[in-house]
Amino acid sequence: MKTSKALAWFAIAIGCIYFFVPLIGTFEFSLRMRRGVYSFDAYRSVFSDVQFQQTFGFSMLMALFTIVFGMLLVVPTAYWVRLRLPQMRPVVEFITLMPLVIPAIVIVFGYLRLYNSSSWIPFTGSIQGTNMLLVLSYITLSLPYMYRSVDTAMRAIDVRTLTEAAEILGARWPTILFRCIFPNVMSGVLSGAFITFAIVMGEFTMAALLNRPAFGPYLQLVGANKAYEPSALAIIAFAVTWFSMGLLQLVTRFSKMASSRP
Amino acid sequence: MSTASTSFIDRRTVVDWLGIAPFMIFALMFLIVPTLYLVTGAFFTPDGQFTFKNIADLFTPSIMSAYWISIRVSVASALGGALIGFFLAWAIVLGGVPSWVRSGLLTFSGVASNFAGVPLAFAFLATLGRTGLVTVLLRDWIGFNLYATGFNILSFFGLTITYMFFQIPLMVLILTPALDGMKKEWREASEILGASTWQYWRMVALPILWPSLMGTSLLLFANAFGAIATAYALTGSSLNIVPILLYAQIRGDVLHNANLGYALALGMIVITGVSNILYILLSRRAERWQK
Repeated sequence: MKTSKALAWFAIAIGCIYFFVPLIGTFEFSLRMRRGVYSFDAYRSVFSDVQFQQTFGFSMLMALFTIVFGMLLVVPTAYWVRLRLPQMRPVVEFITLMPLVIPAIVIVFGYLRLYNSSSWIPFTGSIQGTNMLLVLSYITLSLPYMYRSVDTAMRAIDVRTLTEAAEILGARWPTILFRCIFPNVMSGVLSGAFITFAIVMGEFTMAALLNRPAFGPYLQLVGANKAYEPSALAIIAFAVTWFSMGLLQLVTRFSKMASSRP
Repeated sequence: MSTASTSFIDRRTVVDWLGIAPFMIFALMFLIVPTLYLVTGAFFTPDGQFTFKNIADLFTPSIMSAYWISIRVSVASALGGALIGFFLAWAIVLGGVPSWVRSGLLTFSGVASNFAGVPLAFAFLATLGRTGLVTVLLRDWIGFNLYATGFNILSFFGLTITYMFFQIPLMVLILTPALDGMKKEWREASEILGASTWQYWRMVALPILWPSLMGTSLLLFANAFGAIATAYALTGSSLNIVPILLYAQIRGDVLHNANLGYALALGMIVITGVSNILYILLSRRAERWQK
């Protein structure tokens, strides 16, 4: 038992070195901008960059649209499959997992061929259309995570009884969906939303190939042209990921506590 | 459809199917049709003739070498990630460490497995690049010149250890439940029968765990194979892996044949598809013991 405990601590030490050294290295590098002393100059330079503010804002907006429209697509579908079409469950689940199998670059390649300006639906013909296609591509990318978290939350509630109760009280389907189902799967909606936020904020492939000024392509551009700003941006991006994952953990923990209450 | 209005049952069926119509239309338009478009395009010439030439052209040296580097990077990072991830998962489940270590590591894994893309490349450049922290410290403290050994972060090995940063946490996240499912009784029973720790692992634990281990490694492989952002930000286009070649092809038709580009995409789908299907089959097998 003694040796296995020592081995366990050894493994954890290796893991910690692997995880923390790059983060410490990045942070240290981001402080080196002023010669000879540590300073936050790189961060100052990043935050005062107009392009940083614009691309960060653009990606936030895209993430918001992705979450809202993604959830409007996923929650009713998951609800309907549970209530009326349980035989379609494997099919729908399989489809939601497909974006994990097909690489993002392949999906966006298909979009560019199918929806270019000379096709039957010219999404990429206008800026608004391209933005719409970008949101739709992000919904596709986050489908596995959104569907799974919503479906897990739905497992915890009795969809059938809730629906019947609402119907007996005279509710119509928009009321059932938005005032019964949505609030009851809020923990799933929120955890799906946070992970989607983390994915969209750092996403590079889709935005770069659709030529939209998102945060991911901006990061790549800075990386190719500047020395110290990239490390500062990496720390900022890591903070964004921590922020969304931290909120996700909070939501899961909170909903577990709520559901374990009698 | 035309009978829908005549009988109540049929109308209900139609309504049932209409309920998932938005989802199905979305999936068709933005997932299935775009993919099929590329897959079928791989079998046609630019003027619409059916052909296998595009597939055959994948086996030319320049494209094969791209696939070969991609496969090597993916295999190496999947095996490295699986090995370290397995030991970490083992440590927090069976190693007898305090529970805060377990929850801390799992939380961190959730974050780190999502910390990929361009920023990850920056992090490793700042750490192991020519003026990175570790490179500088090794040189100043113990006089070890990392770059004199032929090491380069912008290389096969550099990309592999960078990918492992998200591979290890993914392995930890997937394997921890599998290790949690190992029953104490199995260990006790084998000890009563006089088995050593080594015999227990070789004859009981590993045979039960191998589908999970294999399956997760395949998932890690596919995960690395499709990734582009990290590699592109790290190496530019100097390391010729398949996603970067495809990226260049989409941008500017570097292969001078649009349909060969479709075949390149098809090759990626086949490789990630096969490893995911094997993963699903293996994880079904793994679940047998977890009931």
